[in-house]
Amino acid sequence: MFRYLIHRILVMVPTLLVISALIFVIIQLPEGDYLDTYIAELEAQGESVSAEKLAHLRKTYKLDLPPWQQYFYWLGGLLQGDLGWSFEYSLPVNEVVGDRLFLSFVVSFSTIVFTWLVAFPIGVYSATHQYSWGDYGLTFIGFLGLATPNFLLALVLLYVANVYFGTSIGGLMDPSFVGQPMSWAKFLSVLEHLWIPVVVIGTSGTAGMIRRLRANLLDELQKQYVTTGRAKGLPPMRLLAKYPLRMALNPFVADIGNLLPQVVSGAAIVSVVLSLPTTGPMLLDALRSQDMYLAGSFLMFLSLLTVIGMFLSDIALAALDPRIRLQGGTRR
Amino acid sequence: MSASVGGLQGEYLDHYVTEKPFDPQSIEALTEEQERYYLASQWMMMWWRLKRHRLAVGSGLVLAIMYFSILVSEPLSPYNLHTRNTEFIYAPPQAVNFFHEGEFVGPFVYGLDYRLNMENLKREYTLNPEKVDRIRFFCSGDEYRFWGIFKGDFHLICPASGGTLFLLGTDRLGRDIFSRIIYGARISLTIGLVGITISFIIGLTLGGLAGYYGGWVDNVVQRLIEIIRSFPELPLWMALSAALPVTWSPLGVFVGITVILGLIDWTGLARAVRSKLLALREEDFCTAAVLMGAKPRRVIARHLLPNFMSHLIASATLSIPAMILGETALSFLGLGLRPPITSWGVLLNEAQNINAVALYPWLMLPVVPVIIAVLAFNFLGDGLRDAADPYKTL
Repeated sequence: MFRYLIHRILVMVPTLLVISALIFVIIQLPEGDYLDTYIAELEAQGESVSAEKLAHLRKTYKLDLPPWQQYFYWLGGLLQGDLGWSFEYSLPVNEVVGDRLFLSFVVSFSTIVFTWLVAFPIGVYSATHQYSWGDYGLTFIGFLGLATPNFLLALVLLYVANVYFGTSIGGLMDPSFVGQPMSWAKFLSVLEHLWIPVVVIGTSGTAGMIRRLRANLLDELQKQYVTTGRAKGLPPMRLLAKYPLRMALNPFVADIGNLLPQVVSGAAIVSVVLSLPTTGPMLLDALRSQDMYLAGSFLMFLSLLTVIGMFLSDIALAALDPRIRLQGGTRR
Repeated sequence: MSASVGGLQGEYLDHYVTEKPFDPQSIEALTEEQERYYLASQWMMMWWRLKRHRLAVGSGLVLAIMYFSILVSEPLSPYNLHTRNTEFIYAPPQAVNFFHEGEFVGPFVYGLDYRLNMENLKREYTLNPEKVDRIRFFCSGDEYRFWGIFKGDFHLICPASGGTLFLLGTDRLGRDIFSRIIYGARISLTIGLVGITISFIIGLTLGGLAGYYGGWVDNVVQRLIEIIRSFPELPLWMALSAALPVTWSPLGVFVGITVILGLIDWTGLARAVRSKLLALREEDFCTAAVLMGAKPRRVIARHLLPNFMSHLIASATLSIPAMILGETALSFLGLGLRPPITSWGVLLNEAQNINAVALYPWLMLPVVPVIIAVLAFNFLGDGLRDAADPYKTL
């Protein structure tokens, strides 16, 4: 187990390095830099910028260095917890970002919990009642969740919540609580707003999870030991829960790796629609205005979230299932 | 007749062997049905198997109709893509009726009366029960350029002359949404196909190399896949499409977006190809091909790939929906396609705020074909996956 852990960590470090390099390349792709946009804006307003000031700005923001040097400055900052400088807000990225990263994490985490809570009973039901009307109906609803674009579902639910439950539109809490210290009422308000993004983002992942759990459990239920158990008169619930269900549980742990990128993706677009104070809307703005360090930090954070999530799910899986860690140890 | 052989004497037995020509397979002769089954190609068997999957066949049919419609979008839609009906901005859908005051008059819609509500400045449309606009069929209406080349004005259905026919309402410029959905299918449906072709080529090449050579090639490709997979897809798409130069023409952006969608989606396919190849390259027929001097390219393409092509096609079918949804999401955010290129995502861009949901819910209707296409691809892909292995008994 220890060897496996070390191995996984060793793989993770170069992965993150390559990801950071890729992100840097991507945010550098658009022609020009933020200063060009900035100058164009100023000139549109009829102001002119002196060449000296420009040179000074370029120097302070290190835009005059060749890209690879800029990259190392950025990477060095990242490692020290300094995310760089946001041109648009004229603030360090750390301050601009604030608790957005944390809220993103909260939304993603709740979504995964929601996915589990919904997928588990439905998956078990579908497998034990294969080809029943309930199975067909639930599978179809799952498919529908998969096929409906997230953003539209978010809009509709937002409207419904506003009209029928009186939830304020947009944001992650009632406007009166913004900037207030944490309190019970604020917490409740957050809960009241949180369910929409969680349900919306969760729907797409839930369908896949249900199908995998159903398929796994069906495979397991056809095995002979189950027949033996049934022949010996084991009560149905115990027969189900004792072994087959445990075997079928693997996808729940293993799938965090697949689920997380999906959830983070979904969260990005849904939070734009719902104007949640998470990373999504700001990432979109930053990408549009070429605020490269801000965009880069967000992309880096989102990737970090998935890489670490995958790492944790691999570890959990290895802890649960000895076959996996043995394989990992001998093959490499 | 008698003879002596080696001192033994005796009568020959009667000749009892039949005169009929000998058929060595007389015992294991096949019935006609069995013969048909055994002689059938793998693709034939897949087809038989798929036919039993009714949902998949139905979905395939729906997709076939949708893809056929993109060939004839112009005559199929009642209005031209760009026709603006300035008197009918944000007009609600008009329902098709058959009976007017208890009398059968054939399909028609009631005309709309427009009034601006001076209190909240809302455009209000009321049905005019007097104005019966009979729908015309096989008629001439808005002019268009068929495939951008031939001029024409033939339509399958048109509004009554002087009347309107907004089956799904109009948008903020008074353009008919139904027509725009039909035109939008062109872009939305092809983007999935082109994107999957790109990802298919990349996936086959990289997965094939990794699986065939193993060793460090395999390691590099595996790491690459892991890295790409750990990126959240949508933010990556967003970043890449934001990187497309603003100066590009809408068509250039379309190509760019398609390539971006394809560039990121190949990982799953490459993994499938790799794991299959790893197993198959140990088989005798593969060794035989190598010994006969076949080049790796030929071994992979002629001897190995055909073994699981059907699986690949099934999994490709299953990944088209992700592309359609991806394009829709990007265009919705304004990072994807731009007008005048019209896709379902571009149409949905109009329904971006809560006002649209509250006041003009029909602006959200372009989501229906998206859902149908995605579901159909999913069901067809499921059916294909089950049929992909025709020798497996159920």
